[in-house]
Amino acid sequence: MKINCALIGSGNIGTDLMYKLKRSEILNPLWMVGIDPKSDGLMRAKKDGMKITSDGVDGLLPFIKEDGIKIAFDATSAYVHGENNRKLAELGVKVIDLTPAAIGPFCVPSVNMVELLSKDVQNVNMVTCGGQATIPMVAAISSVQEVEYAEIIATISSKSAGPGTRMNIDEFTATTKLGIEKVGGAKTGKAIIILNPAEPPMMMRDTIHCLTKDTPDKDAIIKSVDDMVATMQKVTPGYKLKNGPIFDGNKVSIFLEVTGLGDYLPVYAGNLDIITAAATSIAEKMAEKIVAGE
Amino acid sequence: MDLKGKKVTLHDMSLRDGMHSIRHQFTLDQVKKMSTVLDEAGVPLIEVTHGDGLGGSSLNYGFGLHTNEEWLDAVVPNLKNAKVSALLLPGIGIVKELESAVEHGISTVRVATHCTEADCSYQHIKKAKELNLDTVGFLMMAHMAEPKRLVEEARKMVSYGANCIYITDSAGYMLPDMITQRISAIKKEFGDEIEIGFHGHNNMSMGVANSLAAIESGANRIDAALAGFGAGSGNTPIEVLVAVLNRMGVETGVDLDKIEDAAEDIALPIMGKPTRISRDSLTLGYAGVYSSFLLFARRAEEKYGIDARTLLVELGRRKMVGGQEDMIEDLALEMAKEKGLI
Repeated sequence: MKINCALIGSGNIGTDLMYKLKRSEILNPLWMVGIDPKSDGLMRAKKDGMKITSDGVDGLLPFIKEDGIKIAFDATSAYVHGENNRKLAELGVKVIDLTPAAIGPFCVPSVNMVELLSKDVQNVNMVTCGGQATIPMVAAISSVQEVEYAEIIATISSKSAGPGTRMNIDEFTATTKLGIEKVGGAKTGKAIIILNPAEPPMMMRDTIHCLTKDTPDKDAIIKSVDDMVATMQKVTPGYKLKNGPIFDGNKVSIFLEVTGLGDYLPVYAGNLDIITAAATSIAEKMAEKIVAGE
Repeated sequence: MDLKGKKVTLHDMSLRDGMHSIRHQFTLDQVKKMSTVLDEAGVPLIEVTHGDGLGGSSLNYGFGLHTNEEWLDAVVPNLKNAKVSALLLPGIGIVKELESAVEHGISTVRVATHCTEADCSYQHIKKAKELNLDTVGFLMMAHMAEPKRLVEEARKMVSYGANCIYITDSAGYMLPDMITQRISAIKKEFGDEIEIGFHGHNNMSMGVANSLAAIESGANRIDAALAGFGAGSGNTPIEVLVAVLNRMGVETGVDLDKIEDAAEDIALPIMGKPTRISRDSLTLGYAGVYSSFLLFARRAEEKYGIDARTLLVELGRRKMVGGQEDMIEDLALEMAKEKGLI
């Protein structure tokens, strides 16, 4: 038995997510919701046999019950997510939020998925692409010892950053910072995002700098980071530790590269994969619970 | 070249781009002294922020000795005529920090993006306009885009509310004809609808020459700094620029003797090692690399034994943009591994 899902937002993230969900053994992406009938995402969804509407979430609502939609993914923008979520929650739909709206608790599957599932929440927020890539590393270090300050620099190719990301870039930095603190476990967080227009496009790069309270326990940190990289690779195979951990006094630096699967945009857009793969993994666990009748 | 009778607003960078020269370590006393002499010399606009702007204080770019608010509070109350600006790079700084800087007395903000990514400035320019700020769209690394593309990006910033557009030679790469092409294209598109500015770095010793080309092509705001304070080989030296503009009959309102004294007696002693065009900073200009990468490349050379010039040339080849300081250590590690040094 598969659980029917709806995808709201037909941009880069929504379209990449569509391909991830199509491979799922437990999720069935039935609807794709957009606002522009000519958007590439909607046209692809239609071609692939999905039901589509270009009337936004209101075009979907009348079909939630009859099509048995249990889980919806919102990849629109932080500004409309609140209203989308309210309407979906009224109909008993669980919502995975891929905007930086952060109404629900942050979900970084490799760090806090088990805890979230036990709470049976209606809405979870996937932080940001940069957050999904870097918070696990902050958590890997803070699980060893206290992290006073953690800073991440996420660099993505210009081609992989859609208009939503660009027009709301402050939400990226603010939401990622909060995620570094709340899920990563750093006392203070900071996030920086850079768009690089090089051709051919560069792979997503993420740098994590942490300041530990006491002298870093090198061996324990190296092991914890290696374990976390292995966990991440199960969901995002292109997640790679390029350099580090480098120790400089109390500073610990990690340099990552994230290669995507090339489902929608080519492999350089690891920033899409890291968040869509994470969203898929939490949705699959939610679906398992629904199937089990919990 | 005939520039006689033109009026130009000089914008001092000593206390912002100059922050790069001393790793963002200006004391409150130093910023107070420098801003006071700039004001007395008649410089109308002074930028005061961490080298990487609002929110720039970080492990990636270096923590500031003070917060932007502390620096602004040391400067703003002492100025008689000069106004103060802040720099903001979307992705690093946020609107909240802009609002705070406004509370601490700035009246101009320069919202800076890589020259092809202007749509990232939407939130910040829009807010700046709402706050009635003199709002500047600052197109960095402008050598990396053709004039036509720069016009398109400038149009976006103007549509969000910018009243001035800067062509910014962050790498100190451009030669005068490149400046002429770019500024002329902006001027042709916008006419008198907006002001046009130019920000140079002296890595190829083109600071003054490029500023003249910019003025000739329609720019009326020019960035410069005392004794060439600034990233890389520094910004255009303001005292030299004033002397040249005086000779050419361009009005700046800046007193030459006073600005020379400010550079010599106040700025140079603070700078410690005088800014000069070194083989490393020349390489920035030659290879088209963001000027603030200089000190990071030197530190990487010290730490990993890879020549700074080799690093800078490769960073240029990989088309790194402003803000990617983290990739300098990453590249040094990669090269050191290849060479079996670590």
